[in-house]
Amino acid sequence: MYDFAYQKPASVADAVKLLAGDPEAKAVAGGQTFLPVLKQRLNKPSLVVDLAGLGLSGIKQSANALSIGAMTTHATVARSAEVKKAIPGLAQLASWIGDNQVRHRGTIGGSLANNDPSACYPAAVLALGATIKTNKRAIKADDFFQGMFTTALEPDEIITEVEFPLPVEKSAYEKFRQPASRYAMVGVFVAKGPAGVRVAVTGAGQNGVFRVADMEAALAKSFAPDAIAAIKVSPEGLNSDIHGSAAYRAHLITVMAKRAVAAAG
Amino acid sequence: MAFEGIGAAVKRREDGRFLAGRGHYVDDMNRPGQVYAYIRRSDRPHARIRNIDTSAAAAAPGVIAVYTGADMAADGIGGLPCGWQIHSKDGSPMAEPPHPVLAIDKVRHVGDPIAVVIAETRMAAKDAAELLVIDFEDLPGVADIRAAIAAGAPLVHDEVAGNICYDWHIGDRDAVEAAFARAKHVVKLDLTNNRLIPNAMEPRAALGECDIAGHYTLSTTSQNPHVIRLLMGAFVLHIPEHKLRVIAPDVGGGFGSKIYHYAEEAIVTWSAGKLKRPVKWTAERSESFMSDAHGRDHVSHAEMALDEDGHFLALRVSTLANMGAYLSTFAPSVPTYLYATLLAGVYKTPAIYAEVKAVFTNTVPVDAYRGAGRPEAAFLLERLVDTIANDTGIDRIALRRANFIPADAYPYQTPVALQYDSGNHEMTLAEALKAADYAGFPARRAEAARRGKLRGIGISTYLEACGIAPSHVAGALGARAGLYEVANIRVHPTGSVTVFTGSHSHGQGHETTMAQLVADQLGVALDQVEIVHGDTGEIPFGMGTYGSRSLAVGGSAMVKAMDKIIAKGKRIAAHLMEAAVEDIEFKDGAFRVAGTDKSKALAEISLAAYVPHNYPIEELEPGLEETAFYDPKNFTYPGGCHVCEVEIDPETGVTKVVNFAAVDDVGRVINPMIVEGQVQGGVAQGIGQALLESAAYDANGQLLSGSFMDYTMPRADNLPNITVGTEITLCTHNPLGSKGCGEVGAIGSPPAVINAVVDALKEYGVRHIDMPATAERIWSIIAANRPKMAAE
Repeated sequence: MYDFAYQKPASVADAVKLLAGDPEAKAVAGGQTFLPVLKQRLNKPSLVVDLAGLGLSGIKQSANALSIGAMTTHATVARSAEVKKAIPGLAQLASWIGDNQVRHRGTIGGSLANNDPSACYPAAVLALGATIKTNKRAIKADDFFQGMFTTALEPDEIITEVEFPLPVEKSAYEKFRQPASRYAMVGVFVAKGPAGVRVAVTGAGQNGVFRVADMEAALAKSFAPDAIAAIKVSPEGLNSDIHGSAAYRAHLITVMAKRAVAAAG
Repeated sequence: MAFEGIGAAVKRREDGRFLAGRGHYVDDMNRPGQVYAYIRRSDRPHARIRNIDTSAAAAAPGVIAVYTGADMAADGIGGLPCGWQIHSKDGSPMAEPPHPVLAIDKVRHVGDPIAVVIAETRMAAKDAAELLVIDFEDLPGVADIRAAIAAGAPLVHDEVAGNICYDWHIGDRDAVEAAFARAKHVVKLDLTNNRLIPNAMEPRAALGECDIAGHYTLSTTSQNPHVIRLLMGAFVLHIPEHKLRVIAPDVGGGFGSKIYHYAEEAIVTWSAGKLKRPVKWTAERSESFMSDAHGRDHVSHAEMALDEDGHFLALRVSTLANMGAYLSTFAPSVPTYLYATLLAGVYKTPAIYAEVKAVFTNTVPVDAYRGAGRPEAAFLLERLVDTIANDTGIDRIALRRANFIPADAYPYQTPVALQYDSGNHEMTLAEALKAADYAGFPARRAEAARRGKLRGIGISTYLEACGIAPSHVAGALGARAGLYEVANIRVHPTGSVTVFTGSHSHGQGHETTMAQLVADQLGVALDQVEIVHGDTGEIPFGMGTYGSRSLAVGGSAMVKAMDKIIAKGKRIAAHLMEAAVEDIEFKDGAFRVAGTDKSKALAEISLAAYVPHNYPIEELEPGLEETAFYDPKNFTYPGGCHVCEVEIDPETGVTKVVNFAAVDDVGRVINPMIVEGQVQGGVAQGIGQALLESAAYDANGQLLSGSFMDYTMPRADNLPNITVGTEITLCTHNPLGSKGCGEVGAIGSPPAVINAVVDALKEYGVRHIDMPATAERIWSIIAANRPKMAAE
């Protein structure tokens, strides 16, 4: 990696000030994507602003929402009794991210802000109709994801927490792993809750996470694997690489969606 | 004390330091005044270098020197040599284009080294390397073997027409043609042996030093330090051997990729001499992907002629082998004498003819990788045999049995040069089928079908050749090196023993196995024996470790050296006990006068040898230390049977290996636990090749699988429990009877896996599937054949 300055501010306001004051500054949450990127010299920040001191970690449940602090690690979400009870699919998803080391460093806020097209969390956030809260505003999941590595976040905007509306009646995630990296080649989150019945797909789309309207409509009528077994997804706009063609990914979306519906019970 | 000799499952003595992080690897070495080399490599497959402007890099902070190929040429530095010369069918020598240490005028593959920056810190060197301004003129490249020999293909080396390195053949073409003319059936198969990237756990590293008197030391991640000293000293840097010491300390895996003499070794040694400061280079993982020699990469067509009963009459094979952009040290030998000579396999096919074209492409050089040629031969043959069974309807096991070389036919002369000394294929087959519960498979298949899964079982009955030898035959076939091994055994005055071996351990457990061998033969406790390897400053000229040769060749050298120790000890004992030498027996660590109770322990004899007060000094030199060089009479021929069982999810195409049984004949076993580990590791690599691994290039030569994000290494959850058994016949021509176990796992397993996958998919009309049988490849086959099945 290249040399850079490092700051670990103690408040969101200070962090925002540091980021706003330097166009070459970058924020680091858990660093599980950012550090490898730095090591490969693919990014050359002048300043790295560590968000670990902002007190943004923790899980809170109210009558109609489950809030997860932006700096909450995947491991914390995966083993949280509240998450497991309220949204079991979300705990399952977190438990499948990366490996044990990654899960103890990587955070939900970092994953969403990065919006890697093969990250897992965007599928849950979109399928559950979550709201992303920042130092400035609240952004609906439908408005947040804007294409590969692109979000609605402004340069001096920091995610503070993610709010999932309750009650969630059904939730499950199924992931087909890219064989080498084990990232989601096709990840499908299905949910039935306050946002309705939703099917969100990560890993497959060239522009990141997306919803499958045909499947949502079919599942709204009958929440059962057979309801979507015959629904084919178009390969248009899907990724194609040495691990899988767009046609294969399109096929896997239906298979993973079926399995997620079955797992959601 | 528990038995620790030959046959004991002693725990590996070296593992304590490895597991505690106390190993001593090249990158752990740091010297006063040490500086760091960073190598700027080509990021393009094929380009002319119009100009290299080094001025900004040279002026960067901390930079001590920047060198290019022109600087090395100005110092009279030669190119990297090739250690094996093949002659083509027409008698002409292979094309051997120059392989400059740093590129001159052209780069020919992604990763080709262009310039080295040497600086006070690794970071400073790396930062400065970005400041090199290289004016490239991109040229069209070619990565695929078939494309490289097509008319009008870009030329990797302007002087090598058609990119053909050699066009070689072996066998009796006329006899094969005649057999095909009278054959009842002919079965044909086209197949690819996928290109692999070795990925040893420890990346390569090299540390060059030169003292004020001009003595050089190179510490390097090598499997054979003497070979590096010879090649680099004599052919590249022109440093005489008495002024060049090469050390290979703990090395974290090699699998063949650390046999070869690499550019970086020459760069750090040469620049250490120029700068008179120690120069260290350590590969980053991404550099390993583009600079360690790759493995395999064959495309073949095979045809078998059969009589009406399924007896093999003749085999005809033509193979294209990728050499990459330059000839790596032993590359030419792999698709010839380590591949085509194995095409008889375990079968008594009376006539075989094979032709092999070696081809240059704009890819990383390809050389021996665990198995080296024998996995390619075993895959071709064992896939072909299953395809014959498929096409003729003959049961695949009955077909194999009908064509096996019978156990009583040994020694057996094959039609492709090799003479096998021993083996019993019926025995390993029967044991493997038992271990895998082959008879119970139909029930397991039916049970899997009820769960919606496709279950298949596959076998391979393979044979390979280890301990390539003898030297004079290898020399006649093109080897530019000897293939013996050395052992120096030093019995100390108090009877403990240090063994200096030319073999090198980089994961194989030699410090345990070889100590067991010596302790057993000299009758001393295991903890009285120490094994020293990997230092040309301490050890006589040895040839190193590759081709599963360390025990069969290196261990045999130890036996020869121990014979000398015992012979001398008998003379000393005869003197001390006032008996005739002929009356002295050596057994269990003691010299006895036959038929009496008089005896002297080895330690008493060694003390007398070093404190020669009462000693036959007129006829015997003091001391108890002997050296033996052992040049084997023949290869050894391990073999066996692997049985693989897979389950395929037809919805996704994902294959899970659910059972794997290997029963191998590796000759005499010294440590069964280490043999089991070697076989399991080899099988893991074989499953990796069969289902997961593939070095992917685009058509032009850009490396697409340049990191672990895209190159699929097998992980624990890709592997089943692997049942390992041994059923042995002894090697008849070496004193141990050992054959070698390092590569059998990687050789026997890929065809067993693919045979199982094809078996699982047989209802889809699948006849063959190439490696790696990825989920997508299998799903595509299932998807393409489903409509056909519905229509039937």
